[in-house]
Amino acid sequence: MKRTTALFLIGGICSAAVHAQTTPFEAYDQKIEGSDVTIRMVPVKAGEFLLGSPASEKGRGADEGPQKKVKVDAFWMGAYEVTFDQYDLYADKDKDKAPLPDGMTRPSPPYIDLTLGMGKSGGFPANSMSQYGALMYCRWLYNKTGVFFRLPTEAEWEYACRAGSKTAYPFGADASKLKEYAWTASNSEDKYHKVGELKPNAWGLYDMLGNVGEWTMDQYEPEAYKTVDAANPWLKPTDKTPRTVRGGNYMDAPAATRSAARLMSDIAWNDRDPQIPKSKWWNADAPFVGFRIVRPVQQPTKEEAEKFFADMIDQFVGAR
Amino acid sequence: MEKETRSSFHDQTRRDFVKKSSILAGAAMAAPYLSQAAQTNYFSGSAGVIKIALIGCGGRGTGAAVQALSTKQNVQLVAMADAFRDRLDGSYNEIVESMKKTPERVKVAEADKFVGFDGYKQAIAKADVVILTTPPGFRPIHFEEAIAQGKHVFMEKPVATDPAGIAKVLETAEKAKAKKLNVVVGLQRHYMTSYRELYKRLKDGMIGDITSIQVWWNQGALWVRERKPEYTEMEYQMRNWYYFNWLCGDHIVEQHIHNIDVGNWFMGKTPVNAVGMGGRAIRTGPEAGEIFDHHFVEYRYDNGVVMNAQCRHWKDSVSKVDEEIVGTKGRIFCDRGQIVDHKGKTLYQFDRKMHNRPYQAEHDELFEAIAAGQFKYQDAQRGAEATLSAIIGRMATYSGQLIEWDKALKSGINLQPAKYAFDAPPPVLPDASGHYAYAKPGITRYFS
Repeated sequence: MKRTTALFLIGGICSAAVHAQTTPFEAYDQKIEGSDVTIRMVPVKAGEFLLGSPASEKGRGADEGPQKKVKVDAFWMGAYEVTFDQYDLYADKDKDKAPLPDGMTRPSPPYIDLTLGMGKSGGFPANSMSQYGALMYCRWLYNKTGVFFRLPTEAEWEYACRAGSKTAYPFGADASKLKEYAWTASNSEDKYHKVGELKPNAWGLYDMLGNVGEWTMDQYEPEAYKTVDAANPWLKPTDKTPRTVRGGNYMDAPAATRSAARLMSDIAWNDRDPQIPKSKWWNADAPFVGFRIVRPVQQPTKEEAEKFFADMIDQFVGAR
Repeated sequence: MEKETRSSFHDQTRRDFVKKSSILAGAAMAAPYLSQAAQTNYFSGSAGVIKIALIGCGGRGTGAAVQALSTKQNVQLVAMADAFRDRLDGSYNEIVESMKKTPERVKVAEADKFVGFDGYKQAIAKADVVILTTPPGFRPIHFEEAIAQGKHVFMEKPVATDPAGIAKVLETAEKAKAKKLNVVVGLQRHYMTSYRELYKRLKDGMIGDITSIQVWWNQGALWVRERKPEYTEMEYQMRNWYYFNWLCGDHIVEQHIHNIDVGNWFMGKTPVNAVGMGGRAIRTGPEAGEIFDHHFVEYRYDNGVVMNAQCRHWKDSVSKVDEEIVGTKGRIFCDRGQIVDHKGKTLYQFDRKMHNRPYQAEHDELFEAIAAGQFKYQDAQRGAEATLSAIIGRMATYSGQLIEWDKALKSGINLQPAKYAFDAPPPVLPDASGHYAYAKPGITRYFS
């Protein structure tokens, strides 16, 4: 599979990027024009860590090794999973009070409401979207704010989740403490919860484990760590499916809710979509999937950003 | 697992739903006999090919065609029909794309693509099995034609939008039985492993006797198709069909039928009457045609058991699509596949990881029966009963009156236009501001 270390990072600077790069590297609330909704972003410093888990880790999957020391550049990451309050500014035209002049395709409403009664407004995580739907949101947010946002790579996600830890969970190896940090099968009552109700990890990130699983930007490959780059590793997609989801979800047992646990997306996640073409936007059978966004400190130029979205989205319409 | 549930399923549903029929499940299951179709040799792997025609080329029809073409039998799509050329072409391209690993299964000659209101007759003539997936207002006439021509049928729910259509479907269902033609209706919960498992346990007495039922289809807004200047009024309504009752039946009929059908299934009977309320609280524009955005209906069965049925299209309100069956010893939560006792203790939990692909299962089972020369599926009566249940719910919310099943069925109420043509007037027309008249409880009346 084709790999790249260049996450569109180097190059000239456009005006939006100038604005973006003058933001101090600290926590802030990203405003969205035409709404009072903000997105809390927290800084994640550049650093180095061991990607994957040791063979001795309890509940470990074969796809979590071999461990590899990798470097990751600095970025901001959403303190919380993206909520419906945030996602619907894009998905629901009635909520977008300052629509983009050129417009942008919005998600079509799903045939059934995929929150499945688990909750929508007031801070519940947006769920059931395809990876395409998650990336389209990033593109919309970029057009809206002038700041480049995207999904995290798997390595960025795990680095941020670990927050310096080397154990199975960010707080140590003791699974009995998981309920203080994560909504999983043992405490979720079979539904996702509002973001940020439990404890954050050491870097101020909430619900990294449990609640909804989170889309990353990588093609899923069980043996990825054997060959992955040592700096900013990213298994760049070559196909619409499978992509990697991280963090486990509200239906998972503790083993699937570890920092290193990986989940492969599956076209069966949309089995119960009875139409063809199947929805590009939604997964009828994956209510447990959502996402959070990152903002690389080193912002791409306008051309690079547009090329990134074209390569990642337009080439893989409906990726899930 | 699939095999096991399959055998129990047939045993149960036939007994409960085809009680008026003389061809009862027990006999049919114990000694399957060859139908006339079987004598024409539709055996998988032989030279015999099961030919399929698709009538109604929207997203669901395209999906159903691909599911039919993805079965194990020797199947071929040979004809397509739709009112619109663009819909037909889009569907054909999607089917070709979806079937690119087995392209020999898509054999639709240009001459066998039929556009307009009447093409269905010719398309049906080309096939052994017909897929009926137009808007439901057309279902009764399409079903009648398919059975008249001696074809097996897969048809989507609902099977009509008005009592006259139901009467026609029930009549045609009898003809289908007499001709031993398999009919599967897309009430896919009947083909879903989780529901079959729950039903089995209900029959085994896990929740005792049913005392009440609650069912929901509460969700956000749905698609709308915009009017274009070149459209005649008939074309506009055909394209934006969800919002016109002669085509759609309102969302209580088009969607909520699934949940109402589960209530009937688990009760083993149909309601005797309905009373309820509904209206247009949120969705009031001209594009919303004449349908309501919410309904709440109390259905009563002959033993006094009540089913409360609610559905709505309100975005940003709590959503729920589910059925809950309450009994003397416990309750069933259908969507999560769980049965609990009245103290909250779980008595049964369906394993979500089990095979649960109902849309494919409908076709797998239908085509397996056809290829084996078996007459196993007679869903039309059940489909008609579920549809009429939803229709009397609509009649109740529209009128604000108690609507009785028998009276509604015999009423002959017919919403269809006098003539199906793009230059003919549809049965409802907009006023000068583009709005359509809609029902007003207490004013709208069906019976004097």
